[in-house]
Amino acid sequence: MERSSSLEKAIRGILITAVLLFFLFPIFWIFLMSFQTNEDILRIPPSLFFEPTLQNYSALLTGKLETAAGSLDIAFMRNLGNSLLLSTFSVLLSLALGVPAAYAFARFKFRLGENIAFTLLSFRFAPPLLVLLPLSLFFKQLGLTDTYIGLIWVYQLICLPLILWIVRGYFEDISPDIENAYRIAGHSWWRTFRRIAIPLARPGIAAAGLLAFIFAWNNFIFALILASASKQPVTVGALAFVTASGIQYGQIAAAIVLSVTPTLLLALYAQRYLVEGLSLGAVKG
Amino acid sequence: MSSLELSNISKGFKSGMVLEDVSLSVKAGEIVVVFGPSGTGKTVLLRIVAGVQEPDAGGITIDGVDMTDASPEARNVGMAFQNFALFPHFSTHDNIASPLTARNVPEGRLKEQVSAIARMLKIDHVLGHAPRELSNGQKQRTALARALIGQPKVLLLDDPLRNVDAKLRYEMRLELPRLLRTFNSAVIYVTQDYKEAMALGDHIAVLRNGRIEQWDTPTNVYRAPVSLDVARLFGDPTINLAPCRLETVGQGSQIHAFGRVSPVSEAYAEATGRDLVAGLRPEHVIVTETNTPGSVEFDLDAVMPVNVRSVLYLRGPAGEEVLATVGESEAARFGRGHRKVWVSFAPDDILLFDAASGQRLAPRVN
Repeated sequence: MERSSSLEKAIRGILITAVLLFFLFPIFWIFLMSFQTNEDILRIPPSLFFEPTLQNYSALLTGKLETAAGSLDIAFMRNLGNSLLLSTFSVLLSLALGVPAAYAFARFKFRLGENIAFTLLSFRFAPPLLVLLPLSLFFKQLGLTDTYIGLIWVYQLICLPLILWIVRGYFEDISPDIENAYRIAGHSWWRTFRRIAIPLARPGIAAAGLLAFIFAWNNFIFALILASASKQPVTVGALAFVTASGIQYGQIAAAIVLSVTPTLLLALYAQRYLVEGLSLGAVKG
Repeated sequence: MSSLELSNISKGFKSGMVLEDVSLSVKAGEIVVVFGPSGTGKTVLLRIVAGVQEPDAGGITIDGVDMTDASPEARNVGMAFQNFALFPHFSTHDNIASPLTARNVPEGRLKEQVSAIARMLKIDHVLGHAPRELSNGQKQRTALARALIGQPKVLLLDDPLRNVDAKLRYEMRLELPRLLRTFNSAVIYVTQDYKEAMALGDHIAVLRNGRIEQWDTPTNVYRAPVSLDVARLFGDPTINLAPCRLETVGQGSQIHAFGRVSPVSEAYAEATGRDLVAGLRPEHVIVTETNTPGSVEFDLDAVMPVNVRSVLYLRGPAGEEVLATVGESEAARFGRGHRKVWVSFAPDDILLFDAASGQRLAPRVN
């Protein structure tokens, strides 16, 4: 690997560029689209040269969409807020429930333990539509339809299994002797959990939390069925741009750019936790 | 008064019993070495004393208080793990200080105590480092400092010298007894190195297959092992063993082993006719270049120098193999082997074991 010829270098460069182009081009294109009018977007052949406009963004921010057929109210900013609220609280609740549960599954052998863990994982196997019909009936009965609490509850189907299984693996990687040593030193179980187990599993908890956040953010179907416009996240809110007078590609593009930004920033921030090594050399391997 | 008392501890896992009916008592300031080959439940025993695992049966008292069901943090025990088990996200200082923070020792006194013990163990220059930046020897000392700093009533050391290099192991073998005495804890020291056991232990408990096979002082374990297994585990090179039978000749008894007939004490007379095994420590084999009364001619096959001693590989008239150890200067006379030598030994140095049970024959005392 050290002495690669210039030909190899060139080929590697070309291949990496190709892969990057393949994955980044759609993002680049949608970024361009968000600054174009609908006419520019629909022009054939498409052109890289156009007069940039901020009208898509201003429409989203003001909530007024001017179309040929007249003015339309859109709740995009509210949807963005909903997304943020739903995803954040779902992940927080999942962490509060899932991290102790993951620890229990990793450390203690109890009756039906494996079965319970697997059942929780199996929530991820079932297509969401399968559970939605009974859920929507339950929610009507319980008065949870179109409430934040109801949605956050349903979002646990997405977040909890993910956090439970990822964090469990991290807990299992920590040598129990490290925790034993802390207990023998005179610390209570609870203190050991907080001061030893949680900090050592932090990269895993961060990774799981981030993934759960992205999955929750990207969810579409639960909110579509179980909530009305005022509680819906951006994924469902984007449907509003499919109007009677045509599809507002420019606004959709701008909406996508705005809605991707939070998860992108979060991923960049959490990156250092994701790459941080877990076992820091305290236990001889 | 005993500081640590284990009574009839038993522990089994799915795969079978690990400890059976183990009783042990350790006085304050005393070092008891639990010795045994791997997989005999030494570590499990320590974990049970520490409270990390529960015994199926039996009881533990520390300083007269029943601790059988107490949680680990309530036992006032210090433990150094074989794999060190340092807290990777704490500095060396905080690792060592952790037993003190549990007791809310004020900051100033905590710092003093940590640096005092760090100086004693020569790790005071790495107190700010993270465990991953330490060498194995420093990790081991950090783990030891952490176990000692709380001045625990009971100190458990799980093969602490296993993962350190030979030089440090040797130093620590000299240093540890002195260090441990200053803390006046009841120490259980687990090892599978018989030299470490002999060097450190006031008493040795030889653990085999979950049972204590012998409980004795190091000298007695070596000189008077209760069984063939114990005799084999102690000593390097291992004890010479030869099958033999006790014969009655006239007034006395004798055995035929290691190429010659040796008289045997009257006290063993009742073993006459049974299959026995005779054991002879290599250092008790006397090798000379000239014929002396009572010696037998052996072939010297090879000479292997081991540090200051040499091991001689000897072959007797009937093909019996015998190992002997001699001092360096003595070994020089034998060159590289391949020659005839004369071998003898004092009959009193022979240990007799029952071939069927493996137990050493107890001389009948009148």
